[in-house]
Amino acid sequence: MTPELQEAGAAQLAAAQARLQEASSGGRDAAFGRVLHGAQPDFAHGVALYLDEITVSFDGFKALNALSLAINVGELRCIIGPNGAGKTTMMDVITGKTRPDHGTASFGSNIDLLRLRENDIAQIGIGRKFQKPTVYEQLSVFENLELALKADRRVRASIFSRLTGTQLDRIAEILQLIHLLPEAQRTAGLLSHGQKQWLEIGMLLMQDPKLLLLDEPVAGMTDEETERTAELFLSLEGQHSLVVVEHDMKFVGELTQGWKKVTVLHEGSVLAEGTLADVQSNEKVVEVYLGR
Amino acid sequence: MTALKLPPPKRGLLLGKAGWTGLMLALIVVTVLAPLLNLVVPEGSVFHLSDYAVALIGKIMCYAICALAMDLIWGYTGILSLGHGLFFALGGYAMGMYLMRQIGHDGNYKSDLPDFMVFLDWKALPWAWAWSDSFIFQMICVVAVPGVLALIFGFFAFRSRIKGVYFSIITQAMTFAAMLLFFRNETGFGGNNGFTDFKRILGIPIAQPSTRMVLFVLTGLVLIGFWVMARYLVNSKFGRVLQAIRDAETRVMFTGYDPLAYKLAIWTLSAMMCGVAGALYVPQVGIINPGEMSAASSIEIAVWAAVGGRATLIGPIVGAFFVNGAKSAFTQIFPEFWLYFLGALFIAVTLFLPNGLVGLVAQLRERASTSAKLKQSRAAEQGADPATEIAQEARA
Repeated sequence: MTPELQEAGAAQLAAAQARLQEASSGGRDAAFGRVLHGAQPDFAHGVALYLDEITVSFDGFKALNALSLAINVGELRCIIGPNGAGKTTMMDVITGKTRPDHGTASFGSNIDLLRLRENDIAQIGIGRKFQKPTVYEQLSVFENLELALKADRRVRASIFSRLTGTQLDRIAEILQLIHLLPEAQRTAGLLSHGQKQWLEIGMLLMQDPKLLLLDEPVAGMTDEETERTAELFLSLEGQHSLVVVEHDMKFVGELTQGWKKVTVLHEGSVLAEGTLADVQSNEKVVEVYLGR
Repeated sequence: MTALKLPPPKRGLLLGKAGWTGLMLALIVVTVLAPLLNLVVPEGSVFHLSDYAVALIGKIMCYAICALAMDLIWGYTGILSLGHGLFFALGGYAMGMYLMRQIGHDGNYKSDLPDFMVFLDWKALPWAWAWSDSFIFQMICVVAVPGVLALIFGFFAFRSRIKGVYFSIITQAMTFAAMLLFFRNETGFGGNNGFTDFKRILGIPIAQPSTRMVLFVLTGLVLIGFWVMARYLVNSKFGRVLQAIRDAETRVMFTGYDPLAYKLAIWTLSAMMCGVAGALYVPQVGIINPGEMSAASSIEIAVWAAVGGRATLIGPIVGAFFVNGAKSAFTQIFPEFWLYFLGALFIAVTLFLPNGLVGLVAQLRERASTSAKLKQSRAAEQGADPATEIAQEARA
């Protein structure tokens, strides 16, 4: 073997080792020693959302009382609870609309949600659907989705923005998914209530969020639409984490498929957690919520 | 994946065919027709455009720029400003300062200083007048002063999330406060008399017909230019974000847009447009005083936009022409009834034309086209049915 060949071999080995090191340092499995880019959330611990001892009070009334909750990456979690249990307030805290008096809320293991504003929280990957469907009534369905499309959100970029072919395809894909393709050019204000709900869900999907918060997503939908919504959410599970607040027990049953965890909120804190059957047979739960 | 047929987005074109034709016509009227009719056609002729008409239309075009600016912030973004008169006046004052310095020694007191300063027994120019003899500097001020004021005011108002009627009231208070400030002689802008008696601009006598015509053409070009710019903006994604803010601001926020930046951008731009309008207005009208900052003149801008039709861009321009045209006609024919007429007009528009004059035209056109379609389809049903049946039978 000539020295040149040996040298070349050593160089190749070093390069390969360097490549390997680079690849593993950006991998998903290692939880330490990785470089995170900017404000990217770190999901290596398997937790997407972590709320700890959150307390919110309005004029002495505790809307949330030391609420602690953890949502795993890719998990679909249903949250139920009677009116005034704090479900919407919880979403307000997560999305930056309400500042809690105590407690911490983090996205992944590294991002402190309590330091960010609503639009920043949306940009790092938390999408929220409101209880009342909120779409841009005067714009067309297409334009509604276009605005939600993941893109540069700054003023100057929006003045000169042009849709690329890939982006058009993405919009078409979502239109297909939410069954609004034939209505693409219709004014959103003219859609039915259920269609508006779907449009809003579509707008969330356009943002490609890592965590979706859905506040009563099937309110006002027909049975068939409800079923399709359940199918859609189940297909999103795994790629996204979903938190669904819902009153419709049948819908919750469809989503949890008998084994997924359901959280019951009552008076601003977690009353019970477990499968739907478990919580429905839980005496405390029956007393405050299902008892009739 | 199956081929998804997406209807192509309607936008992308700045103007349709009708839009381009209208734009070209407007350009020809302003740059060729008006000067010809005013300067070349002899005074006795029916086609002669009088100096009075040139001054009037020139003035209304300045108002139309304000109405257009108002449409961007109110019609498209849903923020009603009742302080745009202030930005207009500030632009006007910046121009007025330059025009005052252009008077030179030709004032009543034959002094270096403008007459009102001599009258107040001031010995030197106040600090704000330091570069007022520079045309370029004052032209920068025309956009910079309203722009900076709007930026600072808007930043604090929008950051505090002041919305709706509360925002409108604050803008009204702002213009009122500015009016009181400008009424004072100590402020250094001529007190309640303001600036007037201008002699020349860039060394050219200001009152001669050709100068007036140049100002007229310039105003027309600025109006058309602003309209094209506004049209581009509202058709861009930026414009759609503005409309989204108007319809559902929380949704915009939770989609990741910062409404503050968007509102601030359009609010400042709108204020700067008003400043330019004011600067074009002052040399044509020959006077600027704090009356322009009164509450009523700001409200009037909103009225023009509402009468013409909000969120249409062309509507507010039509509205400015319609209301001011009616005003000048009525104040000549029945001077004492003008205000009653104005009041009746507003009530009528609010009650019967929620989309303004332009909305009315669109409504009528739509009605005509649907009735035509109905007729057509009825005729087709009656006429074509047997034929298609025969064809189908033949095919079978």
